[in-house]
Amino acid sequence: MSGATIRLSGVSKHFYSAGRKIEALDDVGFTIQPGRVAGLIGPDGAGKTTLMRLIAGLLLPDEGQIRVLGIDALAQPLEVQSRVGYMPQRFGLYEDLSVQENLDLYADLQGVSVAERPARFQELMQMTGLGSFTHRLTGQLSGGMKQKLGLACTLVSSPRLMLLDEPTVGVDPLSRRELWQIVYRQVQEAGMTVLLSTAYLDEAERCDEVILMHQGRVLGQGEPADFSHSVAGRIFQVSSTGLSHRHLQEQLSRAPGVLDALIEGEAVRLVMEKSSAKPKPDTLLPGQEGIHITAAKPRFEDAFIARLKTNRPMDKTALSLQRTATTGAGEEVIRVENLQRRFGDFIAVKGISFSVRRGEIFGLLGANGAGKSTTFRMLCGLLPASSGELAVAGHDLRQAAASARGRIGYMAQKFSLYTNLSVMQNLHFFSSAYGLRGREQKARLEWALTTFELEPFRNANAGDLPLGYKQRLSFAAALMHEPEILFLDEPTSGVDPLARREFWTRTNALAEAGVTVLVTTHFMEEANYCDRLVIMAEGEVLTEGTPLAMKANAHTMENPDPTMEDAFIQLIEQRQRRQGEPT
Amino acid sequence: MRKLARMRLLGMIRKESLQILRDPSSISIAFVLPMVLLFLFGYGVSLDARLIPVGIVIEQPDTTTQSLAGAFERSEFFQPSYFDNIQTAQQMLNERHIDGILWMRNNFSSNLLAGGEAPIGLIINGVDSNQANITQGYIQGTWLAWLSRYAESRGQPLPIPVSLEQRVWFNAALSSRLFLVPGLIAIIMTMIGSLLTALVVAREWERGTMEALMVTPLRIGEMLAGKLIPYFVLGMAGMLFSVAMAVWQFDVPLRGSFWLLVVSSALFMLVALAIGLLISIISKNQFVAGQLAIIVTFLPAFILSGFLFDINSMPEWVQLITHLVPARYFVAILQTLFLAGDVWPVVLSNMGALLIMLLFFFALVWRKSHKHLE
Repeated sequence: MSGATIRLSGVSKHFYSAGRKIEALDDVGFTIQPGRVAGLIGPDGAGKTTLMRLIAGLLLPDEGQIRVLGIDALAQPLEVQSRVGYMPQRFGLYEDLSVQENLDLYADLQGVSVAERPARFQELMQMTGLGSFTHRLTGQLSGGMKQKLGLACTLVSSPRLMLLDEPTVGVDPLSRRELWQIVYRQVQEAGMTVLLSTAYLDEAERCDEVILMHQGRVLGQGEPADFSHSVAGRIFQVSSTGLSHRHLQEQLSRAPGVLDALIEGEAVRLVMEKSSAKPKPDTLLPGQEGIHITAAKPRFEDAFIARLKTNRPMDKTALSLQRTATTGAGEEVIRVENLQRRFGDFIAVKGISFSVRRGEIFGLLGANGAGKSTTFRMLCGLLPASSGELAVAGHDLRQAAASARGRIGYMAQKFSLYTNLSVMQNLHFFSSAYGLRGREQKARLEWALTTFELEPFRNANAGDLPLGYKQRLSFAAALMHEPEILFLDEPTSGVDPLARREFWTRTNALAEAGVTVLVTTHFMEEANYCDRLVIMAEGEVLTEGTPLAMKANAHTMENPDPTMEDAFIQLIEQRQRRQGEPT
Repeated sequence: MRKLARMRLLGMIRKESLQILRDPSSISIAFVLPMVLLFLFGYGVSLDARLIPVGIVIEQPDTTTQSLAGAFERSEFFQPSYFDNIQTAQQMLNERHIDGILWMRNNFSSNLLAGGEAPIGLIINGVDSNQANITQGYIQGTWLAWLSRYAESRGQPLPIPVSLEQRVWFNAALSSRLFLVPGLIAIIMTMIGSLLTALVVAREWERGTMEALMVTPLRIGEMLAGKLIPYFVLGMAGMLFSVAMAVWQFDVPLRGSFWLLVVSSALFMLVALAIGLLISIISKNQFVAGQLAIIVTFLPAFILSGFLFDINSMPEWVQLITHLVPARYFVAILQTLFLAGDVWPVVLSNMGALLIMLLFFFALVWRKSHKHLE
């Protein structure tokens, strides 16, 4: 008799999509002991959601055994469903019901007796801080509040096992932190077991144990520290007085023995191929002065990269744009002043101001619903501003001529190319749309195929590409006409960490070539790649500056080395104190 | 256990009812659209021939032609206009100002007086074949009536040995409103039962709430009942509202039993709900569900149910298809109960057909519903 809460062995599952067989899970097996918080970690498409649904009895595996709380999930799915709390992606809430009505519904369905309810509801409302919003419609709650309500609904019957599918995606860091506190309280007080999935690698460190998934397979299971230990002695931080951090990163990524080089503030973080003593500046970058190397504490993400990355530095020459618009570096190309956008009663963007200089990577950081995409659409001229001023390369793009629009490139949040056209046809169409033809067009098409390594897929339909390649194709399409200013809306959402790194390497190269890049993201750590950024929350700019300065502001005695997330949370808390109300 | 099951079911019904009341699309499909349809069909649409514009060409006016023209003038079916040559009249027909031409040549009166053949020309715009038939029938009728009176007035024997004494049963005034408005009840119930239900269930799939419902102790039967009961009540309310409008607003007689009407409506409502559920299970997406519901239920109910077009005048293979349309049986029941009364053989045979469809579709829904996502 095993006491495991979840026991999977030899589980495989495939789907058919557009006539092609997709292996969602391939021979997956693991056990989770009671009272643990286990994290299912991996990029989109790794099979996390399929696995969650199998455990919840919503899907049947092709092969393998699943036992949940000692019950065979294949034979008695209803028994499993009666005992677990399950929160699907997007929280499974009815937006046209109020907070209280959602709770009532789930209490009815979970069989919570009427006598127990008042006490349980009060406890949950206090825990989630939703007590004063019980009569508000769920659709009018912020993302963080919806997430907490979703959690409260799954907790209403005090289940012994909680399954949370991507509970933190797109939610602001403060709400994420609160969610983790609630989860741990349930584990400690009620002895619950928790399995949750996430695409944020930094959340791995908060779990008791981690199951790392990639492409339908389990890569490893263990405590987060075990993963980090595996790369101990291979992580270093390099800074330079002579080189810009982008040059430094670019050169280091091709230095001998380096597996991965990542920009981190003004410095570069290295993952070495083998564990070694601290590398000497001369072996890494011969002949370069002012190189400073220190050992760094390994993180979960380093281990993930070390396991998955095969060293394959990108061809440097292929990356540069032909046009190098370095003239007038430092000149202001985007200016936003007191910009406001209303949708009916709702103010999505509340009078924000910032400016971006040529050749800068400028970030808009914030949770879903912070107003990032709305700001973007106004800048691109897709949406009129309600009030305020904005200028992109001296023009308001809503009124400007087509030639002005030809100077910007835009990559939308969702994959917005034609899924039933081939890679080549898509590129051809987009380059024609920007007025390229003849020999020039042919040259750009070849450039795109080689630079983005799309040659093997040139005749494949865009819809059939793996996620990372779709993103490359969108990126290539936005660059066909060599824009001076590039707008990237959540470019890395849902892409695995390796593809994200590639993406940032390319973006860095563009910025080096003098292209101005404006990017939105809800990944806090990506702020490190930006030269300057604004942090947005609920339509307001909380702060503007360099990532280093922002982190320095969050520096305290207890937290001498704050992350971007710490800085963000501190800002939100300050704002709440000013307003005197919880989110 | 019974108590828990009842709690789950009541919870579902309460949730569904709140959603109906708060969702503008439910309100508009359940209340606003029926009102619009009732007023449109009650007042706007008429399949009757009234005041047909005809051109009467009189090449040589005299008392005989005056008398014939007067017959058309007095008839409530015609709105004659007069021409003295055929060319102008044809021009008017081409421009669609008139629907038909009655042509009396200059020798018409003299031929008639001489007792010989006196042909009149009749030209009818056949673009709308139905309207053309009606126009032709009425013109012939008017002309025959005039002829017999003409003969009588001159003391001559009637040239036609057989005379027609016609009675129209059930709808003596031949008013299309009287059969359109009851048939409309079938359309309205189809909308609530199939279209609205398919949309709301598909919405649950789209928003991920169905997934959350599935991982609860909720049984399949409770889930189906929780969806069916509120929409059943809504559909029956729509039916009662339409009946009240029909009887009090549009003066349609209800000659059959009210309770028989309620029972047969309930039967039809369940069939419509089952089809709506089936559509939402197949499509799981609001757009596809809406399109499917319109093509599979709403349009056939409009076109193939006998509500608007007579089934017996359709080609044989189309008539066979109409047997697959549940609204066909219900429209037959409605028109019988409203206009003819409790004609048991008609009502029972059509209810039997609906019952068979109900069992068939519920069996399908039951087989297709399970607590799995695939």
